[in-house]
Formats: sequence, C-alpha cells, structure tokens
Amino acid sequence: MKNPVMLAAGILGTTGASLKRAAQSGAGGVVTKSVGVAPREGHRGPTVVQVEGGLLNAMGLPNPSYHNFQEEIDIGREGGVPVVASIFGSGPEEFVEVAEGLEADGFELNLSCPHAERYGAEIGCEACNVEEITRTVKESVAVPVWVKLTPNVADIVGLGLAAQRGGADGVVAINTLKAMAIDVESGRPILGNRFGGLSGPAIKPVAIRCVYDLASALEIPVIGVGGVSSWQDAAEIIMAGAAGVQVGTALGGVEGYAVFRSITEGLSSYLDRKGMTLEELRGLARRFS
Amino acid sequence: MRPKNARIVEIVHETASVRTLRFDLDLDPVPGQYLMVWVREVDEVPMSISYRNGITVQLVGEATRAIFDLEVGDSLGLRGPLGNGFVLSGDRILLVGGGVGAAPLALLGEAASERGMEVSTLLGFRCCNDLIFRERFERIGDLVITTDDGSEGICGRASAGLERLNPRDYDQIYLCGPEPMMADVIGRCRGMETKIQASIDRYFKCGMGICGSCAIDPTGIRVCVEGPVIRGDQLAGTEFGRYRRGPNGLKK
Repeated sequence: MKNPVMLAAGILGTTGASLKRAAQSGAGGVVTKSVGVAPREGHRGPTVVQVEGGLLNAMGLPNPSYHNFQEEIDIGREGGVPVVASIFGSGPEEFVEVAEGLEADGFELNLSCPHAERYGAEIGCEACNVEEITRTVKESVAVPVWVKLTPNVADIVGLGLAAQRGGADGVVAINTLKAMAIDVESGRPILGNRFGGLSGPAIKPVAIRCVYDLASALEIPVIGVGGVSSWQDAAEIIMAGAAGVQVGTALGGVEGYAVFRSITEGLSSYLDRKGMTLEELRGLARRFS
Repeated sequence: MRPKNARIVEIVHETASVRTLRFDLDLDPVPGQYLMVWVREVDEVPMSISYRNGITVQLVGEATRAIFDLEVGDSLGLRGPLGNGFVLSGDRILLVGGGVGAAPLALLGEAASERGMEVSTLLGFRCCNDLIFRERFERIGDLVITTDDGSEGICGRASAGLERLNPRDYDQIYLCGPEPMMADVIGRCRGMETKIQASIDRYFKCGMGICGSCAIDPTGIRVCVEGPVIRGDQLAGTEFGRYRRGPNGLKK
C-alpha cells in the first residue's frame, strides 16, 4: 500500500465511484461496504443520529448482494489502490459463498456489526465462530483475509487469537460500540432499529486500548480503526501497535474526503520532524510498560 | 445534531395529494436546503423546505402517508436544514419547476425578489388540479404555466413552456422537479450548463455524507451534503437522467 491510511468498511463504499473517489483523495486502500448473499434495504430511519462525541448508526447492512457488486469493486480498483471487500454471512457457508463470488484484493470478515440480527457481532462474539469462519474462508480464497472484531465483549484479545488460529492475515479493531439514544420529547428510541453502534471521537480511547492489547498478544498485524480523524489520532493508534489505520466517521460533511490527505501529510511531516520511520512508530507505547 | 422537536401549527391542503405543514420553529434555511423529517415509529425521509418554518409534502409512500395522518398540535423530529441550497447570482433569473418541485423554488424566488432580482418562473403540472403556489410566484414576477392535459396554461411539458422563453436571457436558471424534466431542460440549454443549478433527488439515509447511498456515478458526489443543488456542468456525463440507486444500492 502507498500509505497506511484506509477507508473503513461501511462508510461510502456502496459504489465503485465512492471507492475510487476515496482512493483518489489519498486513501492507501479502501474497504467496501459489507456485502452478503442477498440484497438488503437495511433498517428503517433514522439510521444515523449525531450524539455527544460521535455518531450512532444502525444502517442494517444495506447492500446489493455479491451478485451485483463485482462491477463496483472493479470501478473502485480504477483508483489505483487495493480494494478489500467487506463481507458478511450468517455462518461459514454464506461467508464462503460471498468470498468465492467476488474478486477483490482482500477480504475483511464482518464479524462485528452490532445491529443486524443473525449477522456480525451476533456470531462474531463467540471465539469458536470467529475461528471456524476465518478458517473456512481462508481455505477458499487466495487473497489476504482480515477479521473485523467487535469490542462489545469482555475479552477482545480472545477473539483476535481465534482469528489468528483460523489463519487470518490480520485483524481489524474495532467495530462500533453498542449504544442507544432516546428522544426526550417523545421517549422513543431515535434509531429505527432502537439501538445501534457508536463511532467517532468518543470511541477512540476504547480503540487505542483494544489495539494495544491485541498487538501485544497477536503475531498477525492489527489494523486500527475507531475515532481516527487527525494525524495525531493516526499516530496514537499506530503507537498502540496498529500496522494500518482505517478512517470512517471523519469522512462525513462536505469536506469529508480531505481527511485522507490531512492525515497522511500530517503523519509524514511528523515522522520527518521526529526523524522516525513508520515502522519505528509502530507499537512505540508498548515499550513503556 | 439530534432531531429537533417541531410542533405542527398549521396544515394547508394545497391539492388532493400535496400538503404544507408549518411548524412552531424558524428553520432559517438557505432556499434549496432540506430537512430529514422523522415521523416517529415510521421512518425518516428528506423533504425540501418551502417556507422559513414549513415543508410541502407530496403523498408518495408510507412515511408521507403517516405525515398526512398528522394534525395540528402533533409533532415531528427534524434534522437540518441540511445540504448546500441554491446560490443566488445575477440580475435576471429563471425558475423552472415541475409538480411539488415548485416548493423550494418559491422560497428561492421570494429571496431573489427581496434582493431586487428580476424573477421569471416556468412551472409544469399534470393538470390544473395539481397547481401549487401560483400566488407566491405571481407576486414576485412573470409566471408561465404548462399542464400535460392543457387544462391550464400551455398544453404540454415544461419544455413546451421553455420554447416561449429564451433561456439565454437569464443570468442563472434554477431547476427542481422530476428528473426527466430537469435533464430535458439542461439538454435544451446547451452551453449554459455552468449557469444552471438543479436540486436533485437521490435516496438519502444518513444526510451526513457518510453512508454513500446518494453518491452519483461516476463522480461520487454525495448529493446529501454536496447537494442537493448541483450545477449543470457537474451533472454532465453522470447517471443523472439515466438511473438512480434504491435503498439496497441496486440501480433502477
């Protein structure tokens, strides 16, 4: 990859045009929105609400299915950076069906979406499921396979180790934190799905801790994601041990796409100022235990 | 922002299938901006703003049906105003609207008129019973009306009315209405694309530019934050006028 800053899954990656635009805006790699075996429209609205320090969302895995997605990946690849397909399924068979049905530069297994029945974290919170699904997908594809982990468990390291045992080439941490917001005027949960996942600055300290623990325990790379919106955030998560960084919520708003250049340029001048390489920065905080 | 609670203070039945709702709060919008309107228990849908404190809704589906069931005193949750809105520019402007697309143009025309601009309007409807905001447009300048069945004004599509006007007489042209109508008007104003601002409609989920459901091929412009008003030259060569995507991302 040209640089370690990627587009996170679930953000903008519904279409090839958005993936390509992220690449052309300076992302070193892009991850698609999660794709499954059948088209889904997602949850009813509101699907997103702004809360203190971030966003709460329950999109509900809307996607056109893998049958209609190869074209989007191919257009995304015109951006000149690796396109990783985020995929989901209800079990090993569906994961393999989707993985075998798509040609991508890598796969990210969504075992962590917190708001879709039968998918994501509902199966990804059990280490045995994570290991089995990872192993099955690894056996069926030749490209790198990453596993995106849920932080909504007592021990995320146990899930990371399970992914590693299953043969994962890397883990991605963290997905959103399960959360909720209630409209005080009416007493109703705001999200159409009632609860959803919290992202943005509020979860960065949680992500830093998870990446730190995972990087300390695993031999495979950890890709850090969660509340990264500036080069300082990227530096911090790399210091916790991340091999790469994904950006999601910070892409919101009119100027959203500019975040890739501001992070990569900021990180690069920081490394110059410190006379360090990215490799030297990686896991720096773990020397001070 | 969390949804703001807006209590309905007035409901105007504009036509059999179009109603205006006025709220107890001043939205202070840029004309052309929209709201994400949360009908509690039902859904959240984008609606363009037609008054400083109101929206004009056409009955099209489940959420708008639920809005039609509301009465004065009931409330909705509102996020916004969102999006960019129209940019007023020049001395003479032309507004071209189709159906309920007239709603944001009425607000724009009033703002233009207040600034002393010369405003002409061309509105297309299916028939005389669908007419909305006639007095608002007549108050600010010339108004040409077309109807598909000829029951009011010129018989034909909005483009039939365009033949009575010279688009090149105007410094800026503002469009809002059905996509085929807008694409047709842009096609008839070759060479003027940079002077055309079109308010376009795509499937919005987040309204924040992060979910990508409203992104246009092949540019990836996110209509919910970089629009909904897009310049004509930025629509050239895109999916506009050819297809759009539904909630699951499939083209239709």
